[in-house]
Amino acid sequence: MSDEHSRPGDHRADDATVPAVPPADGNGAELTEQLDPGQLGEHDEVEEREEALEAAAAMKGSSAAAKSLEGVAAEPGSRKPDPILVADDVSRRFGGLKAVDVSHLEVQRGTITALIGPNGAGKSTFFNLVSGFDKPNTGTWSFKGTDLTGMSAYKIARLGMVRTFQLTKALMRLTTLENVMLGATGQRGEHFLPAIFKPSWSGQEADNEKRADELLERFKLTHMRDEFAGTMSGGQRKLLEMARAMMVRPSLIMLDEPMAGVNPALTQSLLGHIQALRDEGTTIVLVEHDMDVIMSISDWIICFAEGKVIAEGTPADIRSNQAVIDAYLGTSRALPADEKEPSP
Amino acid sequence: MDFISILSDAARGMFGPEAAIYALAAVGLNVHFGYTGLLNFGQVAFMLVGAYGVAVSVATWGLPLGVGVLIGIGCAVVLALVLGIPTLRLRGDYLAIATIAAGEILRYFYRSSYAQPLTGGVYGLRQFADGFYNLNPFTGTSYGFGAFTFSARSLWIMVVGWSLTVLCSLLVWLLIHAPWGRVLRAVREDELAARSLGKNVYGFKLQSLVLGGIIGALAGSLLAINVQSVQPDSYNPVVTFYLYAIVILGGASRIWGPVLGSVIFWFVVTFLDSFLRAATSSGLIPSSIIEGSDVGAVRFAFVGLGLMLLMIFKPAGILGNRKELRLDVR
Ligand SMILES: Nc1ncnc2c1ncn2[C@@H]1O[C@H](COP(=O)(O)OP(=O)(O)OP(=O)(O)O)[C@@H](O)[C@H]1O
Ligand SMILES: [Mg+2]
Repeated sequence: MSDEHSRPGDHRADDATVPAVPPADGNGAELTEQLDPGQLGEHDEVEEREEALEAAAAMKGSSAAAKSLEGVAAEPGSRKPDPILVADDVSRRFGGLKAVDVSHLEVQRGTITALIGPNGAGKSTFFNLVSGFDKPNTGTWSFKGTDLTGMSAYKIARLGMVRTFQLTKALMRLTTLENVMLGATGQRGEHFLPAIFKPSWSGQEADNEKRADELLERFKLTHMRDEFAGTMSGGQRKLLEMARAMMVRPSLIMLDEPMAGVNPALTQSLLGHIQALRDEGTTIVLVEHDMDVIMSISDWIICFAEGKVIAEGTPADIRSNQAVIDAYLGTSRALPADEKEPSP
Repeated sequence: MDFISILSDAARGMFGPEAAIYALAAVGLNVHFGYTGLLNFGQVAFMLVGAYGVAVSVATWGLPLGVGVLIGIGCAVVLALVLGIPTLRLRGDYLAIATIAAGEILRYFYRSSYAQPLTGGVYGLRQFADGFYNLNPFTGTSYGFGAFTFSARSLWIMVVGWSLTVLCSLLVWLLIHAPWGRVLRAVREDELAARSLGKNVYGFKLQSLVLGGIIGALAGSLLAINVQSVQPDSYNPVVTFYLYAIVILGGASRIWGPVLGSVIFWFVVTFLDSFLRAATSSGLIPSSIIEGSDVGAVRFAFVGLGLMLLMIFKPAGILGNRKELRLDVR
C-alpha cells in the first residue's frame, strides 16, 4: 500500500505519528502519489498540505456516505435506503438480565456506523449474536439479503461479515504473517488431500502472502512479520486483528473497540484506515467509547442502553439528543458503579 | 557389574521395536496434542483397536494380515468419529474425559466373556502374525556388532516400524507446513479467532482426531505383530501417559519430537532396568532397599522423577522452543 512513510526526504522517524491521509474520491493511492516530495520543499508545507487534504478527504469520503443517509429519520429502528444488515426482535437474556433487546436495526451499506452506549449496554453481546458467536433467545437477522438466523459463525464469516473481538485474540504461537494469512478464504491447501501436494496450492499461497504483506505494511506491522504474535503489545494486537479480518475481504466488518489501548498517534492512522476501507466500499460497524473519535468518523450513530436502541442519527443529531445525553454523555458518571465485566 | 552390557542393553532398547512403536503412536498423539491442542487421554484405545483389528481378522476370521491392518485402521476412524462428533463442539476437557473413559470401556469390552469368541477374552489371541514374518528378507541369525545385536525377526520389525514412523512424520510435516496445518495450529491457539476468520473449527478438529487415531492404530497393529499376541490388559491407560511423557520429552508440536522422545525414553527405561537388575543381583544396592523383583516398578518411578526434572529445567522438551512456550503463560 502506498503510504507516506517511504517517501524520501521525510525525516520523521516514527511514521505512526503521521496521520494517514484518508483517501478522497474513493481512491487513496492516487491522492498520496500526487503529493510529490520534490515539489514541496518545506516540511511545514507538507504538513499543511496533508492536513488540508485530510480534511478534504474526510469531507468527500463521508459526503458520499452521508448522502446515502439523507432523509433517514433520526429515530431508533429507522429504515435505511440500502441496508446491508437488518436485525429484527433480536434478544438475549442472561438469567434475569436482558442484555440485548433490539426490536429493529438496520445498517446502511457503505457507511461507518458506530454503536455507542454505556458499559454493559449490550454492544458486544449484539456483535456476538449477529456474528453467530452466541445464540439469541429470539430474533432474526439477515446480511445482504441472506437470512443468517442460526447460521454458524464460520459460515457467516465466509459470507463476508467478519468481526473482531473486544479482548483481542492473537494466535500467539503463529507468526504475524501466519496470523494474517489465515484470514484468506477459499484456500485449496486447507483441504486435507490437496494439502499434501504443495504444487496444488503454492501459487495461491504466494498470492495470499503478497496480499498479507501489503496489509502488514498498511497496518505498520511489517517489522513484526516473522515474530510470534504472542510477542506483540496490546495495541499491536488490535492492529493485527484488523489486518487479519481484512484478509477475509469482508463486505461488512464489525470492530469491537479497535482503538482501545492504541496510542493517540496510531489512532489517527487507524481512523484513516477505517475511512479508507469505507471509501473502498466496505461497510464498517464499530463500537467505540471515545466520543471525539465517534463524532469525527461516523456517518451514522446508534446508541444502546440496557440492551435497547435508544437513539439513532448522524453525529449532529446524536450530539443534541436528550436521550443519549441522559443515558451516556451527560449522566453516564452517575450510572451505578457496579457494572459487570464486559464479555469479549 | 558389567557396564558394557548394561549400555548395550540400553542401546538396543533405544532403537528396538518398542521404541519404534511408541514413537509411531506418539507421532499420532502429537497431531492431537501438539498441533491441535486436543487433550486425547485415550491414545491407547486407538492402539487397541489397531492391534485387535489384526488379531481378530487373522486368528478368528482367517483373513490375510494386510486386511487386518486395514480393518484396524477402519476401527480407528470409527472410534475417532464416535469420540469426536459429540465432544469436539464442547470445551476441551470433555474430549479428555471421553477419551480416557473410551480406552477403559474398550479394554473391558475386549476382555469380557461376551466378546470372548471374537477376542479371546482375558486370554487374548496369539500366533496371528506369521504372514508378516514370512515376508522377512533377513535370514541370518543375528545382526549388529559386539553386544549390540538384534535377531533377524527383531530387525525386520524395526525396519518396518522405523520406516512407518519416518513416513508418518513426513506426512505430518507436509500437512503442518500446508495451510491445513496453519488452521490446525490456529485452532490450538484460539478456536474463536479461527472461527471468526471463516474456518470450520469442528471439521478440522475431527480431521486431526482421525489422522492421529489412524497413526495410533498402525502402532497398535505393529505392537500386536511384534509380540505375536494381544492381551487386553496390556492396553491400559498408563500407555497413554508414557506417550505423553515421550511427546513432552522430545518437544510437543515438533515434527521429530516424538521420535527423539521415544528413543530417549526407551534408553532411560532399559538402562535403568538393566542397571538396577545388575546392581541388585551383585549386591551393590542391598536388597533391603530394592528387591530384584521391584526393579520393573522402580525404573518407572525414576522415569517420573526424570520427567519432573525435565519440566523444571527444560519445560519445552528437548527440541522445543522455550521462547514459544513462554508465550502461552499470559
Ligand atoms: N456470558 C455472559 N453471561 C452473563 N452475563 C453477560 C454475559 N455476557 C454479557 N453479559 C451481560 O450482558 C450485559 C451486556 O454486556 P456487553 O458485553 O454486551 O456490554 P458492552 O455494551 O459491550 O459493554 P462495554 O462497553 O463495557 O464493552 C452486561 O450487563 C453483562 O454483564
Ligand atoms: Mg463490549
